[in-house]
Amino acid sequence: MSQVTRRNFLKVVGAAAAATSALGYSSFAIGGAKKKVVIVGGGIGGATAAKYIKMMDSTIDVTLIEANKEYYTCFMSNEVIAGERSINSIRFTYDGLKKHGVNVVHDWVTGIDPDKRTVMTQGGKSFSYDRCIVSPGIDFRWDTIDGYDAKVAEKIPHAWKAGSQTTLLHKQLRSMRDGGTVIIAPPPNPFRCPPGPYERASLIAAYLKKHKPKSKIIILDPKDKFSKFGLFTEGWKRHYGYGTDNSMIEWISGAKGGKVESVDANSWTVQAEVEAFKGDVINIIPAQKAGKIAFDAGLVNEKGWCPIEGKTFESKIHKNIHVIGDASVASPLPKSGYAANSEAKVCAAAVVALLNGGKAPQPSWVNTCYSIIHPGEGISVAMVYAYKDGKIVKVKGSGGLTPKEYDAEMRAREEQYAHSWFNNITADVFG
Amino acid sequence: MKPRKVLSTSLVVGSVLLGGPAVADTPSASMLANTCAGCHGTGGVSHGPATPTIAGISEEYFEEVMEAYKTGDRRSTIMGRIAKGYTKEEIKLLAGYFSKKSFVPAKGQKADPKLAKKGAKLHDKYCEKCHADGGTSTEDDAGILAGQWKPYLKYTLSDFLAGKSEMPKKMKKKLMKLHKKKGDAGIEALLNFYASKK
Repeated sequence: MSQVTRRNFLKVVGAAAAATSALGYSSFAIGGAKKKVVIVGGGIGGATAAKYIKMMDSTIDVTLIEANKEYYTCFMSNEVIAGERSINSIRFTYDGLKKHGVNVVHDWVTGIDPDKRTVMTQGGKSFSYDRCIVSPGIDFRWDTIDGYDAKVAEKIPHAWKAGSQTTLLHKQLRSMRDGGTVIIAPPPNPFRCPPGPYERASLIAAYLKKHKPKSKIIILDPKDKFSKFGLFTEGWKRHYGYGTDNSMIEWISGAKGGKVESVDANSWTVQAEVEAFKGDVINIIPAQKAGKIAFDAGLVNEKGWCPIEGKTFESKIHKNIHVIGDASVASPLPKSGYAANSEAKVCAAAVVALLNGGKAPQPSWVNTCYSIIHPGEGISVAMVYAYKDGKIVKVKGSGGLTPKEYDAEMRAREEQYAHSWFNNITADVFG
Repeated sequence: MKPRKVLSTSLVVGSVLLGGPAVADTPSASMLANTCAGCHGTGGVSHGPATPTIAGISEEYFEEVMEAYKTGDRRSTIMGRIAKGYTKEEIKLLAGYFSKKSFVPAKGQKADPKLAKKGAKLHDKYCEKCHADGGTSTEDDAGILAGQWKPYLKYTLSDFLAGKSEMPKKMKKKLMKLHKKKGDAGIEALLNFYASKK
């Protein structure tokens, strides 16, 4: 039973009283008019923010502007590439958000005027806001690899934004001959989903082992280390002969000349720093920056990402505009789907409090990130984050990687929990 | 004791609704709880197939289990790593938050009716005394078993049986007795019974 000591009792009463004075009125009470929030981008961050603002204060007018009518999650798209899951299973619509009372507009945002507090669209519409939340996702730095641009990506996919690119890479793998070479070129840091390229290599290897066992994967990496390095390489040893002459996966680090300099789409050749490689299937994941609207709205720093204040995710450049998800500079929070979902809720709580004349509440975040090494086998990394002295910090002693000593049974549980995570987070975002 | 409990509950509810922090540095219950939804579902109702629903479980049970995850007394894949990120006070807030949500039985879980029938008998004999009303009750701070996701219950029971997680003395006695008499088949029947409860 809960024990109420005198001290606790006073603390709770005090907090309740303080909370009432800060937030104990609806958004009608202050300005008279309905408060307006415009959300740009309907990915994990934007969709979560829209839903949670409505859940926290249904009187706020929430408009979500997103170009596409459907969203394909990046997470679990590697299972689609490897033929373990259908593309339909990672497709979500905005019907769930509409049921929460979110006004969903399918249009492309062309600009944001921070002074007039207006969002403009390609369709010629403009939307005024009291606060704007931008969740632009990522864009590619097409100028970093010679011969690789948006047009070439229609032939040689990046598959780093899920949907048709995912399907294309899956089809190419399926039609590849046994004995073929698959080249995967991960990007330099920082980028969306740090363990993603290596999960992709793992699941493609699982597919090849089963269907085209004479084939090979070459990872051309500009980096010397990557997320969950030990867990991935251990898994590759267990399943794909990693480290032996017959390894299905060969990883060429930046130090060994893994950095890709150019791509010749006609001869399916990738020129790395030291050597050129011919591939039957090529997957280039270019270097990244914040999504286009972040640039158009002047929300980026010199590195192409969006600096924010950690407590509210309000832009450090433009007032009343918040930036969440992969595009924001929220380190030590990673650029992951879970982090975007968690950031969106912190941002939503801040926006609701501020619009109601209160103060942004003390935040809390979690990141959990699963990778599948082989069907039936998962690994994870997790962390709890807090806000301290004006900064987002890792909570000491929390989180970390799947322990190395986990046996097959525990890794099987992690895979089950990975799939549960997918079901729950997608329902939390779009349901 | 009773009036006090009512009082404290209503105050916690008040602070949850308004999002007010308990102390300056401690996030509110809803702020903390929102981060759980990614894995456990919105409001703690899991869509499965394995992650347990935490909505509607008793406060005391929630706190006890979280502390046990922290120390490793209760085995987990990831929960121990995450539990370590929360203070006692924060865990208390979370416990209060989820205990006031309604438990929703797992949807679409398959159960073998024959095994479920056997399991029902075993439940009555070995478990009902604490996990009352067919495993649906949270009285005496028991965990909810009926309608919980089956893989989670299976992992948890197998860790108990293997001595990898600690369990209350009385439960240990009963569970060991059940396993000795009926073996793994008895556990499977029990799991089918809980999965059959919609």
